[in-house]
Amino acid sequence: MTFSEKFQKTTDVKHWLGDMEVDHFLYTAGIAGEAFFVALRDKGVILGTRCELCGITYVPPRIYCEHCFAELNEYTDVGLRGRVRSFTIARLGKDGNELKKPEIFAVIDFGSGTTGLLHKLGEVTPETVKVGLDVEAVLKPKSQRGGHITDIEYFRPVG
Amino acid sequence: MNLGKIHKDVAVVGAGMTLFSRRLQETGKEMSWQAAQMALDQAGLTLDDIDAVIMGSAPDAFDGVHKKGDWLIDGAGGVNKPYMRVYTGGGTAVFAPIAGWWHVASGMFERVLVVCEEKMSSCQPHAQSAFAHIWDPILDRPLKPNLVWIFAMEMQRYMHTYNVRYEDIALVAVKNKRNAVGHPCAQLADPDITLEDVINSEPMALPVRRLDISPPSDGAAALVLVSEDTAYELTNEPVWMDGVGWCIDSTMWTNRDLAFPKFVARAARMAYEMAGIKNPREEIDIAEPYDPFDYKELQHLEALGLADPGEAAIMTREGKTQRDGELPVCPSGGLLGVGNPIAATLGIKVGELFWQLSGQAGARQVPGDPAVGVAQAWGDLMQFSSVIVMRRRP
Amino acid sequence: MKETVKPRGKPLSGEEMKQVCHVVARPQVKYAWAVGVAMSHFLAGLKQGKILGRTCVQCERILVPPRMFCERCYRTTDEWVELPGTGVIETFSISYIDTDANRIKEPIFVGVLAFDGAPPHSGIMHYFGEVSQDAIHIGMPVEPVWKPGGERVGAITDIKYFRPREGARPSSNSKRRKRG
Repeated sequence: MTFSEKFQKTTDVKHWLGDMEVDHFLYTAGIAGEAFFVALRDKGVILGTRCELCGITYVPPRIYCEHCFAELNEYTDVGLRGRVRSFTIARLGKDGNELKKPEIFAVIDFGSGTTGLLHKLGEVTPETVKVGLDVEAVLKPKSQRGGHITDIEYFRPVG
Repeated sequence: MNLGKIHKDVAVVGAGMTLFSRRLQETGKEMSWQAAQMALDQAGLTLDDIDAVIMGSAPDAFDGVHKKGDWLIDGAGGVNKPYMRVYTGGGTAVFAPIAGWWHVASGMFERVLVVCEEKMSSCQPHAQSAFAHIWDPILDRPLKPNLVWIFAMEMQRYMHTYNVRYEDIALVAVKNKRNAVGHPCAQLADPDITLEDVINSEPMALPVRRLDISPPSDGAAALVLVSEDTAYELTNEPVWMDGVGWCIDSTMWTNRDLAFPKFVARAARMAYEMAGIKNPREEIDIAEPYDPFDYKELQHLEALGLADPGEAAIMTREGKTQRDGELPVCPSGGLLGVGNPIAATLGIKVGELFWQLSGQAGARQVPGDPAVGVAQAWGDLMQFSSVIVMRRRP
Repeated sequence: MKETVKPRGKPLSGEEMKQVCHVVARPQVKYAWAVGVAMSHFLAGLKQGKILGRTCVQCERILVPPRMFCERCYRTTDEWVELPGTGVIETFSISYIDTDANRIKEPIFVGVLAFDGAPPHSGIMHYFGEVSQDAIHIGMPVEPVWKPGGERVGAITDIKYFRPREGARPSSNSKRRKRG
């Protein structure tokens, strides 16, 4: 099917501009998220939930095991230390412009069989970062923590 | 439609749902899991037994999350399984189980989990803001419309064309909010509501008043579908999906007849033909038509062939659609009484028919041992409908 | 009677929702929607104070809003026609809420009109003005109130609203169908 009339008058209206009319989204952290962020904010600890049957520790915690659907309601402190499973070095910001200083993002495991937490690495350079690097969480001072993932400033190499 | 190509009969053997509430603390994934886990428990199955997962969730714009079905999938039990998301706005509530139906009816999968989720509370200041994205950006949006307008305009046209009185329409809201008293998940149940309460409620977009509208909600619901090969291994009371139908009209809504939804009638005809229903008025024992607004229940009953155009209002006035009436309509309490978490209204449409036809509906149970029901949902830009005929076999 | 629904879920009040752990995200998206061939022509017509439709000779419709294809016959539409711009109210609402569901004191009169000179249901959504709540009705003849030529930009809002058309005969569109 072809249109009998082609779009030729370029002075005509061609585009209509608009935006997303939603003002903002408010995401509750949920049941497991509430436990995780309150513990991080108030006690400075990282929590997970474990499914013994599947041998998986969920960090951040979930109230169910995604493999067997068991209810998980016991939260365990997995410590502040972890290990880099994989990483990427960001040289461009989200606007596409070059960053003054590259940022390193990593998936961090807390012992074997954990699900992995995405966070930033610090006190490490693109030259020295590697898979398997042992890291620990650097937390904001308690007074500045608000129950957000950014209450952890970054993870830095241990020792 | 080629009925000879359907390989397996499909039964519902379990259903589940969360509370429907204005705001739930649970994330969408957590709600999905709660509903799916309940459905599996009812079916006596575990996630291991499930061969494929269908996820139904309405506009991504509500959550500001892309590919919402995929995002929710760990809570919906779809990890490492064949998975499909379907999305037809409010119509998803009955279309997601239809997608589950064809997975099983084709013979490809034996046990399918259908999960529907909606979290409308994330969208601020109001889910209405996200609804703006349903309108045409060039013709409609510059007029700063509210979604209620299109319902108000349909309702006005419906009342005018068939000479329907507002008071009769408002009785639907009274009936459903009272029916919802028997529902443990209900958000707006009210045993004492009167016709005057509805008539005197604040005007929204006239003729629509506040109590003519179902509330935005958070919630999730789920079903377990299996084929004829294993249904009786799991339960003595499977409820069969004997007919399915769906149909869509043009998006050019101002060019449509706003009084009678022909696409609903077409979807119903398809489902009735498959189910061998010749005379729906005689053969259907319970109806769960989509009731986001009170007048929609009436329009839908008429398009489902359960009343002549304009007659559903009279049946309502005469009490025929009450839970103990000739044709119980929305015995669940419907969207008006239980709540309207768009896709998750699965739980009060197909879920309700499962519980009713298997005699598990508690205080809501329709008397007289009902055996045949029809569930219907409706959505997108007021243009899509999905219909399922369900039966208990003797 | 057996009740098998065991609902779960923690309801929150609006205040509680702000007290539990949460994240606020603001969407930052801008769109430039392509208007397309038919709508571009239509909007250019509005700028000149004209209502343009597109004919389909097969189903004998005049498509307003216009399309370059007929979605029923699934063929290219045939030609542009200018309509007189007058019409009748097909349906309407009197809205006490704005686009974000905020309550407003002065209601908005909005509805669908069908244009004269075209088959039934050929029309658009727009505002109605210069009419009272008691007077507005389905079938009421209306005419467009245009913005002054210099203020028109090629937008649906180049028409301010439609107002009752004095002395017009009621249209056949207002006839009621018999019930049953």
